Amino acid sequence: MTSLDRLAMYTEMVRIRQYETRIMQEYHADKTPAWDIGAGLIPGEMHLSAGQEPAAVGVCAHLKKGDAVTATHRPHHFALAHGVDMNAMTAEIYGRTTGLCKGKGGHMHLFDPENHFSCSGIIAQGYPVACGQAMAMKRRGTDNVAVAVTGEGAANQGAFHEALNLAAVWNLPVVFVIEDNDWAISVPRGESTANTSNADRAAGYGIPGVRVENNDVEAVFEAAGAAVDRARAGEGPSLLEIHTLRLLGHFEGDAQAYRSDLETVDERDPIPRYAASLMESGDLTEAQAEEVKAAADAEVDAAIQFAIESPLPQPEDALDDVFA
Amino acid sequence: MTATETPPDAGTRRVTTAKAMAEAIGLEMRDNPEVFVMGEDVGAYGGIFGSTTDLFAEFGADRVIDTPISETGFIGAGIGAAVEGMRPVVELMFVDFYGVCMDQISNHMAKIHYESGGAVKVPMVLMAATGGGYSDAAQHSQCLWGTFAHLPGMKVVVPSNPYDAKGLMASAIRDDNPVLYLFHKGAQGLVWMEKNPRSIADVPEEAFTVPIGKAATAREGTDVTIVTLSLSVQHSLDVAEELAGEGISVEVIDLRSLVPLDRQAVLDSVAKTGRLLVVDEDYKSFGLSGEIAAIVAETDPTMLAKPVSRLAVPDVPIPYSRPLEYGILPTREKISAAVKDLLA
Ligand SMILES: Cc1ncc(C[n+]2csc(CCOP(=O)(O)OP(=O)(O)O)c2C)c(N)n1
Repeated sequence: MTSLDRLAMYTEMVRIRQYETRIMQEYHADKTPAWDIGAGLIPGEMHLSAGQEPAAVGVCAHLKKGDAVTATHRPHHFALAHGVDMNAMTAEIYGRTTGLCKGKGGHMHLFDPENHFSCSGIIAQGYPVACGQAMAMKRRGTDNVAVAVTGEGAANQGAFHEALNLAAVWNLPVVFVIEDNDWAISVPRGESTANTSNADRAAGYGIPGVRVENNDVEAVFEAAGAAVDRARAGEGPSLLEIHTLRLLGHFEGDAQAYRSDLETVDERDPIPRYAASLMESGDLTEAQAEEVKAAADAEVDAAIQFAIESPLPQPEDALDDVFA
Repeated sequence: MTATETPPDAGTRRVTTAKAMAEAIGLEMRDNPEVFVMGEDVGAYGGIFGSTTDLFAEFGADRVIDTPISETGFIGAGIGAAVEGMRPVVELMFVDFYGVCMDQISNHMAKIHYESGGAVKVPMVLMAATGGGYSDAAQHSQCLWGTFAHLPGMKVVVPSNPYDAKGLMASAIRDDNPVLYLFHKGAQGLVWMEKNPRSIADVPEEAFTVPIGKAATAREGTDVTIVTLSLSVQHSLDVAEELAGEGISVEVIDLRSLVPLDRQAVLDSVAKTGRLLVVDEDYKSFGLSGEIAAIVAETDPTMLAKPVSRLAVPDVPIPYSRPLEYGILPTREKISAAVKDLLA
């Protein structure tokens, strides 16, 4: 990993964080005084990925054109890291005609066929779809790979296991990623899951399983590199569990009264930690860090502006697009 | 208020639909050690839509069980406990998640009694949140009650207000059959969602039942019958009040149960008004609105002064953006226009 790789990963993490921080502000801005989930310029559920940037950035750093990602209800970090256009994604979150899905999908249903990116609000259901994308890649003789993402809570869903077996028995180029942020809404991992590492489940399907501790983007980069290389080389799927952090509530508006680890959350934020370590190693200066943030903010401003200035759909547009 | 339930005799207090559901479950749990609750985030969180509020504090993790995200697993486990004679109340967080557990629901929960020639009972309640209107998009906004009602073997109840929510929950838990209990998020009275004042109402503190299979005349009228359920009852009552000012008398029938369906209540009302509007937040084709129309068509179509009118979601998935979503939902404006069309 070069100094440039490190700076690029830091930059992408900051870009995602600045984006979501702003989306969070915009989301809440017009929901007061009576907080109403359906009100405002950005209505509906909002699951932010703050704290989980190392997972998306460390994995997507290895992806190239034609590679696919299936993400979850918490999709922004993977979408941005995988190259989904920020303007079109933001417009979708604002429900505009210029959005990725013309306002039909929303924040949990972002579809970008050009980048082979999709997500689903139904737990674990992106896993089988990634298998199918990998089948297509393999049958067409490309060296592309499909990355499937879920949370640790999703590892207890049937589709998760069916997909692992399919990919293993058909030797598909899939990288299965689990983001373990310790919580599935209000349920801590230990109360829902009998084993302590989901990477161990890989053994049940005869594929490699690795658990990356400490929410460390460089460690994710290393582990994901091995899994992607293996898939590209035709050697089959791998499972990667990344121990990460849910910095915020499950969704915006979640008071987190159940959350026992709230006090230590801020000090575990991976971005200031990575900045400090890069500064210590001489890979990042204060001035660079400022620049990175300013550039991210400018891009985010422009995306929000684009979304707000874009037209809302007409009610009758709802009747289009049911069939091809 | 409805005429069919046990009359309230203790003091009443104003509670939300969500709280009313939780109270009913709590009362049954106190009364019967065989009743327990399981589902995702039903414990300390109290259910994402408040259906298990305060139960965890009273009954603890042993009887209010947070499950893994394994719907096939824990709904199947509910069935197993029920066939052993317990009375589990199981929550599927959003009805939209039926896709990952439909085999347990349809092929097991709903069929075991019949398949066993009546030898095995499945006295469980499966509750789930339904409905849209707050931009939760295609995978979190459906009603789907018609889908379940189509499949034989489970009762399907759909309350529209706190009183019925409490009474129907008590009936559902005491029923020896599997009961699917569908509650609309927009009628729960949640603090974080726009709500109609009808989602908060006087409800007796003590246990009472509302019979499963009896519709309620939510408002009497003479010109037009609206047959509806769930949140659309609240909308329809608002419209009926408004139209009363214009001299239009609307009768609102709240079905409350789809299975069993109170066909007579539909016929009695239509016999009186001669005009029928069915309002349904579920998909239009092959569903509830067609079923209600068929009741009249099969019995005596000459009751109708005008052809039946159906206002339902026009067979598209629920879109995200507000103008799109409100373009397809049965809003008050559309209900009002449909009533006026029937009288034109
Ligand atoms: C099949 C299904 N069940 C339940 C849900 C509701 N739900 C949405 S997110 C979530 C928790 C997911 O936890 P995890 O997989 O760990 O991901 P995280 O939210 O922590 O990122 C649940 C239960 C759902 N969307 N789909």
